Amino acid sequence: MLDATSPAHRLPAAPGVGYKAQHFTDLRADPGPVKWLEIHAENYMGDGGRPHAQLRALRPDFAMSVHGVGLSIGGQDPLDAGHLARLKTLVDWLEPASFSEHLAWSTHGAEFLDDLLPLPYTEATFACVADHIDQVQDVLGRQMLLENPSSYLAFEQSTMSETEFLSALVRRTGCGLLLDVNNVFISATNLGYTPRGYLDAYPLTSVGEIHVGGHAEDADDHGAPLLIDSHGSATADPVWALLDHALAGIGPAPVLVEWDNDVPDWPTLRAEAERAALTLSAHVSG
Amino acid sequence: MTKLHSQFRAALLDPEAPTPTGLRDGQGRPAAKRFDVYRNNVTVALIEALRTAFPVLHKLLGTQNFDQLARLFVRAHPPETPLMMHYGGAMPAFLEGFAPLSHIAYLPDVSRLELALRRSYHAADAPAFDPARLGVVTTDVLMASTLTLAPAVELVRSPWPLVEIWRYNTAKGADKPRSVPQSALITRTEFDPVPHALDAAQVAWITQIRAGATLAAAQDAASAHDPDFDLTPLLSLLIQTNAIADLTTPKE
Amino acid sequence: MSNTMKSVAIAGAVAAALAAQSTTPAQAAGKEKCYGVSLAGENDCAAGPGTTCAGTSVTDYQGNAWTLVDAGTCAEIELPAMADGTARTGSLEELNRDLPA
Repeated sequence: MLDATSPAHRLPAAPGVGYKAQHFTDLRADPGPVKWLEIHAENYMGDGGRPHAQLRALRPDFAMSVHGVGLSIGGQDPLDAGHLARLKTLVDWLEPASFSEHLAWSTHGAEFLDDLLPLPYTEATFACVADHIDQVQDVLGRQMLLENPSSYLAFEQSTMSETEFLSALVRRTGCGLLLDVNNVFISATNLGYTPRGYLDAYPLTSVGEIHVGGHAEDADDHGAPLLIDSHGSATADPVWALLDHALAGIGPAPVLVEWDNDVPDWPTLRAEAERAALTLSAHVSG
Repeated sequence: MTKLHSQFRAALLDPEAPTPTGLRDGQGRPAAKRFDVYRNNVTVALIEALRTAFPVLHKLLGTQNFDQLARLFVRAHPPETPLMMHYGGAMPAFLEGFAPLSHIAYLPDVSRLELALRRSYHAADAPAFDPARLGVVTTDVLMASTLTLAPAVELVRSPWPLVEIWRYNTAKGADKPRSVPQSALITRTEFDPVPHALDAAQVAWITQIRAGATLAAAQDAASAHDPDFDLTPLLSLLIQTNAIADLTTPKE
Repeated sequence: MSNTMKSVAIAGAVAAALAAQSTTPAQAAGKEKCYGVSLAGENDCAAGPGTTCAGTSVTDYQGNAWTLVDAGTCAEIELPAMADGTARTGSLEELNRDLPA
């Protein structure tokens, strides 16, 4: 049932961009190396109008990735059945090549907090997250990819590392992984470990998609660097280097450029996609 | 985990609340201030969402006033679903109960209009309707027929010059609002909702039609407000903006 | 209104509206598939907020007080009491008077 190998359920090993409505015309006129687009599921859960019309127009030319922001897979509450049904409706008509969500929580009771909030890595949270992934994959009838979060802090109650947690989820649920190398770089800087050490322990063979994006620099109480996952600028050089390192282990893979705040004009975003294409070109298989 | 989530939630939207326990930086030191990143993310993201959601309200109040209002609103009414496109449904009632702005009494109606414009934008596409169908039935049949309006059609009643206030803040060079009551009929020809000013008789007609009344009954309701009611401008508007989805004639 | 008058009024409005429609090429424009661009920024206003996976380094979580500061365009709008008799003004400043209608 969880068809991970069908070409229809696989993104091309090429650059993609986070789709923004304002780029519709320029993107179609001059896509550059962009072969696929990622949308936030929740922004296309209206009943019609321009958002749906744009997707219908783009679908013949670009593979699609649906990226959920609101399922709260890392939450303690049962998944919102209504929201899961809306997601199924979207996935059923758009037939995207990929569906992904975050290792994070965003709802509490009846509230949606509009941020990707962190969870401790324990046996209890593992059981909860694994059940949620099972449920999503059952309802959608397909494999999902789970994205590593950007971390600003750690929990003293955690009993396993993030890579152990993700590896165990892959084994238990059969889900794939979305490797956000910007998040790896942010978390490693913020929590004081090396990004390459993280990747060494990460189950690279399960990666179905990679994210890069920009971050901002801040400082914590002790004056230590604190990076913020702001998606509001070009991807930083060390993150491109980390992408190159990750691709050496994974092989060619779909690489998405995320730019959500202060969204630039299309040529600027396309230039980021061109840099992703250049990085990918060094890892062409065979 | 329950306790952690509750602590998180309580502290996220209340700067006075204690930060959750057990948070550490990479060296195992307490990291209360790092929690502020999440506090900030949530508050800023929701204020930003309201700016996008209520651009005219934002313009009317100015950025500093609007942001203060938004900060209070997001703490009182965080989103109830991940469908951010519809966030802010509680804004009209919030504004009605908000004393510092009560003297600008049209603000709640402006927020109602902005909510309705977004509902219209995201509403289902209307099935194609050929308006010529209105002209090929006999007048008797027409009188007893009902109209279905497109899902994107919205009506916002107001005693204020609502459409002129909206236009003054969205169109370059628009005139200042006059002192006339204007309800707003929103139609969406293709993808972009546009508000049109309606008078009381036209509001009565639309209200009847939306309730499933016949064209004859709607005409009566409108004429009760204005004995000289002429349906032509309103019907032309509905036809030209693809606002009619169907005509249902009485069963033979 | 008599049924005859009513049927004349409705039939007349239908005929006039259909005639107006057939002479308005704007209708054809409505059929154009302009998915991408919209007029006068209406698109941005109407779409509403979206989700984001991004954080922010703008600090803005403190404070609960309310003070009226700079005025927006409402300071330019002056509206007198409305038909329902309630005294209303359109300015940010409290105006203890009704303007003549």
